[in-house]
Amino acid sequence: MTAFILTLDQVEEGHGPMVGGKALSLAAMHKNGFPVPPAVCITVEAYRHYVAATGLADQIVLDLYRKPFEEMRWEEIWDTALRIRNAFLKTPVPEDLKEMLIREFESRFSTQPVSVRSSAPGEDSSKTSFAGLHESFVNIRGPQAILEHTRLVWASLWSDRALLYRQEIGLDVRTSAMAVLVQEMILGERSGIIFGRSPTDPGLSVVEAVYGLNQGLVDGTIEPDRWNLDRKTGRILSHVPVVRDKAMRPGHHGARIEPLLPTLQARPPLAESELTEVYRLCMRSEAIFHSPQDMEWTYRGRDLYALQSRPITTDLITEQNDQRPWYLSLHQSFENLKVLRAKIEEDLIPAMEQEARDLAAMDLGSLSNSELAGEIDRRRRIHRQWLDIYKRDCIPFAHGMRLFGQVYNDRVQPDDPFEFVGLLSETGMVSTRRNEMLQELADVIQHDATLSDCLKNEPVEHCGGIFAEKFNALVSQFGDIAWGESRFIQDPKDLLSLLMEMGGSSSDVKGQGKKGLETLQEDFLSMFDDDQRSMALDILDIGRASYRLRDDDNIYLGKIEGQVLAAVEEGRSRLAKQPPVVVKDMDRDHLSDALQGEGTITSQGKASSDAGQGKPHFVAARQIVGQPAGPGLATGKARVISQHSDLFQFKRGDILVCDAIDPGMTFVIPLASAVVERRGGMLIHGAIIAREYGLPCVTGVTDATRWIKTGDILTVDGYLGMVIIGESNLSHKT
Amino acid sequence: MIALENHKADLISFFGSQPLAVLATHNKGQPYGSLVAFAATQDLDHLVFSTTRSTRKYANLSADPRVAMVIDNRSNHPSDLRFARAVTATGRAEEIPKDTSGDFLGVYLNKHRHLEDFVSSPSCALIKIRVEVYYLVTRFQNVVEIHLT
Repeated sequence: MTAFILTLDQVEEGHGPMVGGKALSLAAMHKNGFPVPPAVCITVEAYRHYVAATGLADQIVLDLYRKPFEEMRWEEIWDTALRIRNAFLKTPVPEDLKEMLIREFESRFSTQPVSVRSSAPGEDSSKTSFAGLHESFVNIRGPQAILEHTRLVWASLWSDRALLYRQEIGLDVRTSAMAVLVQEMILGERSGIIFGRSPTDPGLSVVEAVYGLNQGLVDGTIEPDRWNLDRKTGRILSHVPVVRDKAMRPGHHGARIEPLLPTLQARPPLAESELTEVYRLCMRSEAIFHSPQDMEWTYRGRDLYALQSRPITTDLITEQNDQRPWYLSLHQSFENLKVLRAKIEEDLIPAMEQEARDLAAMDLGSLSNSELAGEIDRRRRIHRQWLDIYKRDCIPFAHGMRLFGQVYNDRVQPDDPFEFVGLLSETGMVSTRRNEMLQELADVIQHDATLSDCLKNEPVEHCGGIFAEKFNALVSQFGDIAWGESRFIQDPKDLLSLLMEMGGSSSDVKGQGKKGLETLQEDFLSMFDDDQRSMALDILDIGRASYRLRDDDNIYLGKIEGQVLAAVEEGRSRLAKQPPVVVKDMDRDHLSDALQGEGTITSQGKASSDAGQGKPHFVAARQIVGQPAGPGLATGKARVISQHSDLFQFKRGDILVCDAIDPGMTFVIPLASAVVERRGGMLIHGAIIAREYGLPCVTGVTDATRWIKTGDILTVDGYLGMVIIGESNLSHKT
Repeated sequence: MIALENHKADLISFFGSQPLAVLATHNKGQPYGSLVAFAATQDLDHLVFSTTRSTRKYANLSADPRVAMVIDNRSNHPSDLRFARAVTATGRAEEIPKDTSGDFLGVYLNKHRHLEDFVSSPSCALIKIRVEVYYLVTRFQNVVEIHLT
């Protein structure tokens, strides 16, 4: 029989493919007399038995290959990983395997705390560095809990990080498997890492140390003291101390951050003699493995333990346009998210609003042509600066939703891996407020025939004071928000015809169907012990802020962009008076040159798409698979949005089809019967707002705007994530 | 005629070994073929498969329930002509209402556990074919008919 579980004594040199690199090196250290914590390894055979016997293996294939990887955005990969993780959470270990593992855990660890770590074959190879692709858990107690965390480590074989680097690590759904190391937890008071050879200076060894457990250092929440040592002799060359104010300590479950006692704050975690001891341990390891090592260690009392040792890896050679390291950096800790939130809410959004107000206050008409050209350039620079800030601070904060989603799924283990989104919505987004104001105006027109007639012929100011007042309030709050090359209130006539269309049956924010918000919240909180509930509420709060700000910060950014366009429009209208220049479609890149009388005016017409004229055959999509981002079914006419004017032709019941939804265009959502978006993800604007209105939504539809034409009959299946083009009889029978 | 009983165990194991089958429907006389994940009931009276309601096969069988299904174990190799087996079933298709799908759903998910989410989607239909005739083809040209009705 193939072994499902091996002790460190039983692990032999050739066992790498069965136990993974981490377990293999620990076993070698153990055999060479290193102080390592007692451990067992759950081999890849156990993983294989689990996924084969439960049918999970087939389910993983079904989920992973929904779309070609190269067509998936990072958000879609994250969503896929979440779905797979949930499938592992929901799928119990088969009885035979379970009994056997529980028996082993019981006899070896009883209720001792352990760490449950990933040990994937192929991970920790000496060629490239991929630390942190898979999950590890500390301070787990009791056989049941160990088994549950084993499943989570198994699931992390398909983490978003692993999927991003699938080619480099050779991740293959047919062959890849995960081994798990269950290690007695050494509750160290001081911990750290050592690089036997500094990645930046081959003459140095580097030691980093913190008080408490290592997790704080590894995930970046706690800054370590750092020493440079002479690699040859171990002599201490320099010490970089830090402000020591917190430590990661074992909590009831897992680890938590605690404040550090003042006496410890004043003292570095390691004495000189201990630094030497850590250095020697690392050099011994290097002698065994014949290459410089990167080690994790901890001190319990005066005893030093080696927790893990692996070859020092060179950093990945990152190509200039490789976005993956940035995606990985989006995984933010709870602590970082709290800091980011305060920054966005208290600094960035008020500053964005102020910026837009200051720009709006300027009298563009009084500028000379040359000054206006300068102003256009200045505004574009300001907008670009805000885009950079958005990318740096606002996008990473969107991870708050994901963090909450993971906590929710771990605790609640819902059937629908995206049930958690129900708890995040209805948080009063700015774009929803704008839509409510629109609906209110539409209702007024609907119920007042005189007003309605007046608006058809006269300017708003002539048609009743209260309506005009409300209309102006809408314009002043939201009129400047840009989408594409136009502002929301580019032409009041457009807005009025949209309002006429919106009259009639109102489209309220419908929110979630099945479970009410309060029930969801109660269910979630009931999964936590009393002493953990406030932490759970904090995470929920961060999730909600993340969800709301994800939309709101775009609205504020859109207001700044609107001010760029205001200056561009002023330029266009001036150039229009200087024939023969054709300026109607001139974009912002060329305007300031033209205003200064420089540069050639090139044709600004859009590149023509392959119109397929005169082709004897035609190719058409019938059914396209994307991501199921909002449940429901709808059939209707497609309205493909590629420019501003498309938005204002939107008719009630149309299906919104676009490349990427931006909050600047979501005012048509109350009219829509479904949403189809090329850009993929469950937590992007299109999906968020569709869910607010209870609309079926499919995102990640590759080439959506190429396959689908305005007027096509579409059926949107938001349950399965499919769009069907052409008549189908879905609507006749459901 | 040889009774169905003589072939039953053999057919059950053969159907169990093949996850996919080819379904034939038609639209006003125009034949249409589709690959579907299927399962057979223990009594072999029914073949079960699932489809979303937006598909052509669903539209076709809604308009005319007469369908055929081919189950085979070919490996796409010339030797298939002697070694592969095929069973063609003809019969009538009918959607199983979700509230009465119990046994059929059990039979189906027992074989295709990973399709649970798909089948439980409101847009998906579970279809049973009431089989009228099985045509058993071996060695390319041996054909045996089993009439169930």
